[in-house]
Amino acid sequence: MGLSDKDNSSFPKETETRVRPGSQLPSEEKKPETAAAKRAAGSAASKTKSKAKVKAKPPKAHKSADETAGKYAMSVIPKAYETLIPDDIPEFEDTPERRALVEKRKKGHFRRKLRDWGIFTGYLTPSLLGVMVFFFLPLILLLKTSFQKSPTNADFVGFRNYERVLTNAAFISASKNTLTFALISVPLAVVLALFLAMLLNSGLPGKSVFRSILLNPMMVPVASVVLIWQVFFSYNGVINGWTAQLFSWDKIDWLKSQYAQIVIMLLFLWKNLGYNMVLFLAALNAIPSEILESASLDGAGPVKRFFAIKLHYLSPTIFFVGIMSLINSFKIFREVYLLTGDYPFDNLYMLQHFMNNKFTQLDYSLLSSGAIVMCIAMIIIVGILFYSESKFDSDVEE
Amino acid sequence: MDAELRKQRRLAATKARRNVFTETVHPKSYFEQMTDAEREAFFAREKKRSATALKQRKVRKTILTALGLMIAATISLLALVPIFFTFLNSFMSSDEIINNYSVIFQSMSGHNSSGATYLSRTPVLKLIPEEVTIKQYTTLLFMNPAYLFKFWNSIVLTLPIVGGQMAVACLASYSFARYRKKRREVLFFSYIILMLMPFQVTLVPNYMIADALGILNTYWAIILPGVFSTFAIFLLTKYMRQIPSGYIEAATIDGATEWQIFTKIAIPLCKNAIFALTILLFIDYWNMVEQPLVLLTDTELQPLSVFLAQINEPEIGIAFAASAVYMIPPLLIFLWGEEYLVEGISRSGIK
Repeated sequence: MGLSDKDNSSFPKETETRVRPGSQLPSEEKKPETAAAKRAAGSAASKTKSKAKVKAKPPKAHKSADETAGKYAMSVIPKAYETLIPDDIPEFEDTPERRALVEKRKKGHFRRKLRDWGIFTGYLTPSLLGVMVFFFLPLILLLKTSFQKSPTNADFVGFRNYERVLTNAAFISASKNTLTFALISVPLAVVLALFLAMLLNSGLPGKSVFRSILLNPMMVPVASVVLIWQVFFSYNGVINGWTAQLFSWDKIDWLKSQYAQIVIMLLFLWKNLGYNMVLFLAALNAIPSEILESASLDGAGPVKRFFAIKLHYLSPTIFFVGIMSLINSFKIFREVYLLTGDYPFDNLYMLQHFMNNKFTQLDYSLLSSGAIVMCIAMIIIVGILFYSESKFDSDVEE
Repeated sequence: MDAELRKQRRLAATKARRNVFTETVHPKSYFEQMTDAEREAFFAREKKRSATALKQRKVRKTILTALGLMIAATISLLALVPIFFTFLNSFMSSDEIINNYSVIFQSMSGHNSSGATYLSRTPVLKLIPEEVTIKQYTTLLFMNPAYLFKFWNSIVLTLPIVGGQMAVACLASYSFARYRKKRREVLFFSYIILMLMPFQVTLVPNYMIADALGILNTYWAIILPGVFSTFAIFLLTKYMRQIPSGYIEAATIDGATEWQIFTKIAIPLCKNAIFALTILLFIDYWNMVEQPLVLLTDTELQPLSVFLAQINEPEIGIAFAASAVYMIPPLLIFLWGEEYLVEGISRSGIK
């Protein structure tokens, strides 16, 4: 249900003739024939044709059961129903005026449909135009450039650009880093956010206070907290000082070692947990409490209740949160760039770095084929996600 | 079979026929077998047992709640530390900051890390400054026009994008929500895919079209693609589809035009979502780094977010104040519209 429910009353009612069932007056014998003839004459649109076919059946049955009809007609149709049918059903003669009227109505119907379509397209136009100009058209252009030798030299080089991109060491390591980051941080973000939501939802006092505190990091621009992260995680930073004092560990250069991704992951989680948690809180509140209650009466413990009931109700939200986190994990370049600049440590070199550095080198054909490869990969990932969601949803609901 | 048994059976059958019930002796229950004294002792014992059980349950619950509170408090503290830290440090004098933190920034990217290893000093994390001054802010706001220009750049870039995208998105999502046809769904799906595309993909097309239109290195190169971004359309459409169709039908019967339905029904009903989305978009674009980096090569035009990352040693004295000022507008918006934000986010997740 929603805005989109269309009204089905578009078909003009007047063209249908109601035949009063069961009343066998001799004067009415002709009616079906005239009506059928009229319809055959006026049936131009396919809709009217199909209706005419449906309507054409009763007369045939009527003729074959001519003698018996009178006997059981009254027994089949209740008397109360009889009174509901008015005696003066208007009958339309096949006159030119009538035909003109039908034509006019059809035209009006068409015009109304066109107007509806016009209005809705009109509402969409600004967005459609902009999206066409700024996204779809350039993407097609991109596709074209990816097969050219260079933007100025329009020689067709086939898949050579793709070959170059896919064998480019920087591209491979960048995509590997981006994927590893997404594969580790997205599940972590989902699970931790779910845990936090369950914790807040388990009847803790001051739930709303915690919620707004945890939402706070979402509002803070990354650029503002980068400084703090540097204070904590740089070589001479605070964390290293603490570990040196407490456990007398050696200093680790967090941002230039294999731990670099962990630091970025912390920043990512810090920023995204609040948003995900609010989504999960809403979903947890939407679970019908009767089901949980009856389950606990039947002796299901909290763990069983979580896996058997809550998880099923949460599954659409889990998918949504997963998709949002995935998008955000691809945006992680922002944090990495702000923390470490154009050329970070090897395992922080993200796809966006690759693109940025290729921009400065003006290697457009490589850039466009790289973008196309990413686009295809993204479509595949999203397709898998949506497909599995629909599969899973149909399993869960009902 | 002997006669006696037969007689008995016949009698039983007759009785059964006449509905005569014979009393059967029930065995006494455990409770009934007890004497009064025993019964009282039993009750006392039970009372005691249930009291201890209740107490135990209460204790367990308090312990669990305390544990949960502790975990939640720790996490919230961790969430708040960077923000508090920035604000508190922004009131330090710049000498103190240089004393404290110059060690850190010597080991940062600009410097040779091998040189920094010789420094054995570790920085002290100071939450409360030794002397509280607002000197950082005054130097920042009155002595440093570059900073103010960058701040103004951020505003000029963010506000038109947010306003424009919301206007476009309201119209488009109304259309998508009201008129659902198969072809439209395909278009909507392509919008979703476009929304999910990371910057890495969309930035190249943006660059090319900006180049073609000759708006490269101006604000328009960022504003225009931002206005037509499909993120808001996706969420608003989800929201608008929840409007009951009865409202629209009633309005149509009363003779409302399509524009009236849009402005008087659809928009007011989605008010909360629109507020929430505005806040979300504002944060997102206030934060943006990728687009200005690529599309605005002129550093004069770049917003504050890019500039803050490039603050280095000589300016470290005002860096904290700069960060603090930069995070104030979104935090104020958050304080003002938290309810809207929470509700908007919550509704977007539930189908």
